[in-house]
Amino acid sequence: MSARAAATATFPPRPRPGRPRPYAFPGFERRTLSSGMTLIVAPAHKLPIVSVIAIVDAGAVSDPVGREGLAALTAAMLSEGTAAMDGETLALRFERLGASVSANADWDVATAGLTVTRENLVPALALFADMVGSPSFPARELERLKAERMAELLQLRTEPRGLADELASRFIYAPESRYSRPEAGSPGSVAAVEGRDVGELYSSRYRAAGATLVVAGDVTVDDAAQLIETAFGTWGGRAPAPIHVIDAPTAAPRSVHIVAKADAPQSELRLGHVGIPRIHPDYFRVVVMNAVLGGLFSSRINLNLRERNAFTYGAHSEFDWRRGAGPFLVSTAVASDKTAAAAREILMEIDRIRTDLIDDDELTLATSYLSGVFPIRYETTAAIATAIANMVLYGLGDSYFGSYRSNIQSVTAADVLEAAQRHLDPARLRLTVVGDAPSIRTELEDLSIGPVIVYDTDGVVVADGTRAREA
Amino acid sequence: MQIPIETFRLTNGLHVTLSEDHTAPIVAVNLWYHVGSANERDGLTGFAHLFEHMLFQGSEHVGTNEHFETIQRAGGTLNGSTWLERTNYFETVPSNHLESILWLEADRMGFLLPGMTQQKLDLQRDVVKNERRWSMDNQPYGTWWEKLPALCYPPTHPFHHSLIGSMEDLSAASLEDVASFFRTYYTPDNAVLSIAGDFDPAQARAAIERYFGPIPRGPGKPPLRDMSLPPVLGKRLRETVHDDVALSRVFLAFRSPVFGSDEYYAASICAAILGMRRGCRLYRSLVREQQLAQDTSAFTYDLAKGADLFVIDATARPGVSSETLEGAIEAEVDRLRADGVTDEEVARAQALLESDFIRSMQSAGERADQLSRFATFFDEPRLVNEQLSRYRAINSADVDAFARARLGQDNRASLVYIPRVAADVEEPVTAGAEA
Repeated sequence: MSARAAATATFPPRPRPGRPRPYAFPGFERRTLSSGMTLIVAPAHKLPIVSVIAIVDAGAVSDPVGREGLAALTAAMLSEGTAAMDGETLALRFERLGASVSANADWDVATAGLTVTRENLVPALALFADMVGSPSFPARELERLKAERMAELLQLRTEPRGLADELASRFIYAPESRYSRPEAGSPGSVAAVEGRDVGELYSSRYRAAGATLVVAGDVTVDDAAQLIETAFGTWGGRAPAPIHVIDAPTAAPRSVHIVAKADAPQSELRLGHVGIPRIHPDYFRVVVMNAVLGGLFSSRINLNLRERNAFTYGAHSEFDWRRGAGPFLVSTAVASDKTAAAAREILMEIDRIRTDLIDDDELTLATSYLSGVFPIRYETTAAIATAIANMVLYGLGDSYFGSYRSNIQSVTAADVLEAAQRHLDPARLRLTVVGDAPSIRTELEDLSIGPVIVYDTDGVVVADGTRAREA
Repeated sequence: MQIPIETFRLTNGLHVTLSEDHTAPIVAVNLWYHVGSANERDGLTGFAHLFEHMLFQGSEHVGTNEHFETIQRAGGTLNGSTWLERTNYFETVPSNHLESILWLEADRMGFLLPGMTQQKLDLQRDVVKNERRWSMDNQPYGTWWEKLPALCYPPTHPFHHSLIGSMEDLSAASLEDVASFFRTYYTPDNAVLSIAGDFDPAQARAAIERYFGPIPRGPGKPPLRDMSLPPVLGKRLRETVHDDVALSRVFLAFRSPVFGSDEYYAASICAAILGMRRGCRLYRSLVREQQLAQDTSAFTYDLAKGADLFVIDATARPGVSSETLEGAIEAEVDRLRADGVTDEEVARAQALLESDFIRSMQSAGERADQLSRFATFFDEPRLVNEQLSRYRAINSADVDAFARARLGQDNRASLVYIPRVAADVEEPVTAGAEA
């Protein structure tokens, strides 16, 4: 005890931070290759490793109505075989080089990615170009991937987080918006996808002239340009037409949507509405506002729900950035008997940030966090390549990284209030809850958001909210 | 690939490792305390993890929630995690904030208890109960990582009981239990402090001496119960769980050599041959060829004491029974045991493990964590730089020897999840008859 007391007496005062050392996002250079493909190279020589990312304008927004999931399947099919070799051989050859490879689609684009050691870059790049430029789309593998997606959808019925995310989008967007339907498709739409759909999407949208290739890591710009020109020499095609995205909100009257999961020990809550597109004059203000509201661990919503009320292990809010207006969503999982209380606290926090100026302390917490964490985000070649790909995808401009921190730091408390008033709208918020319907229904009715509608885990309306329990 | 490593000890026993890299103005700080759920006493399960939460609740010099806020305000990321053998706390921050982080970590190592209150304990207990509901009880297959060690380690073994613990034990924990746990385990001589990234070693060393130096040694911790186990389970173990899942999932576990042993590296290569990425045997056979499984993988728990676990998992396609899936997994294991692996397969596994290792070493936080790991378990952080050569030293004969010794019928434990709806249809009568 005396040793502790002595130590207490001598513990030095909290040190002040030193002077920050300068940081610059890795420099990059842009080239247009003979095929029309845009190449951006960011040399970074810390370790003998290189990441390559190819993006094409073929995300889920290019799915035809009734064939949602096509874009995701088409991207995944890149790994399933080329004119020269089947998918298993392709995987084995990549892996023999220690390469890590991916191919998938998000809402906006399809992305193929490669990370490999410098010594194996040349052969890995040849395989990568073959995969992106000459896929063979074997019918057997398409059927397998479709079956795997069906199984995933079946699993989602018992997975409250994924289920809550999926259904929240459905209740937020107008039915004609692609965003209202699952990114990788639903059972009916996936079943409808045929081999020729995959071939058509590929030939119409996977084109060199519309593609961007980013190389980051242990290479020089000239070496990378030569390697890419050689590897992708035969890939051609003119840039595809841009997709018009419908991001309209639902016109349905406000209600509370309960997805009944019998005896669930927790309720998964999603409260949100349509947000704003990635390219928007208020982007930086909204980012800072959201950090204060629910983006950080030390944000209002998390401190309220977790550290003050212990309703949850965690709560956060997020604007999902897309070319169109992605959703703004507050997400949390709370003990079932705290469901309505938690929703009430979230609504209160949204009202509060729209009513009062935030404190200086809150503002500087958000702005110094966002600008300080900036270099920590770009430690890996894959993260650098992804950031540059996003810069191109959203047309952020080559000075984006250089001005990011000053853009964040220039946001004021008045900007945050204005952004909250303009881009958070309590009257439009939709509440989705996956939980034990019989025990939470009454208290959710008392929230006065609107009438409660109960669904089963397939998203079908249940008459009295008890079917799931009896089944 | 080698990273620079400097290592020393303070007189109070704190083991320090430093690794400079000035690529970006960021620095990672990582503290491993050599205490995990294995150190818990009966009736106090879940305590190591609950304690991890308490370390973010303030101390003599830091207010409630101020730890998180200070680091986020600095522009840093942070967290902590609890495992069977250790608890770690880590931050990555802009490098000019290194001293503040060292001060924060020293403060909560030396002066936690004056800031501890019953109210904070009660609150975090409820947060942890929600963490359990979120990560296990309301998540398909979420209980597997509690059930598998319980199945594979004998009831008296320190790895047997649940890491997140029983809710009853958590409810019974008192403030005095918290204080006693802290005094026993959160001491400089039971910790490793690692720093990786952009810092000046002389300045860092001076700051470490200044903030951690005055913290007294601990009283010594009680020895762990005997961790040693025979090399194999000795009989077939099995647990079937009827759960709210849509598809059956099989976990097939084997008792396996401890992390860091020569045989461990052979086990890792074997796991990569069986269950890493799409060129592995299980994916090619179960997912691609036979289409019995939705996904599959093989991995080790990486436990350094007594005995590790080697685990294969696979999720059934709809309409495929767990028996069929389990049979298909075992057929691949038996084939590997009977016919051995090829040099080509070993080379593939080595290439994947090597490039994954280099990839992970890009991150300052990962470097610091690995330094702490090897310093904690083997008293030698420089082992980080030997990992690639240890994987490269393995040949097909080593993998075959591992498979013969450890993947046999006498060393298998199955944890099988079956959709509850299907189970209800299959066995409505037997349940009643047995009751």
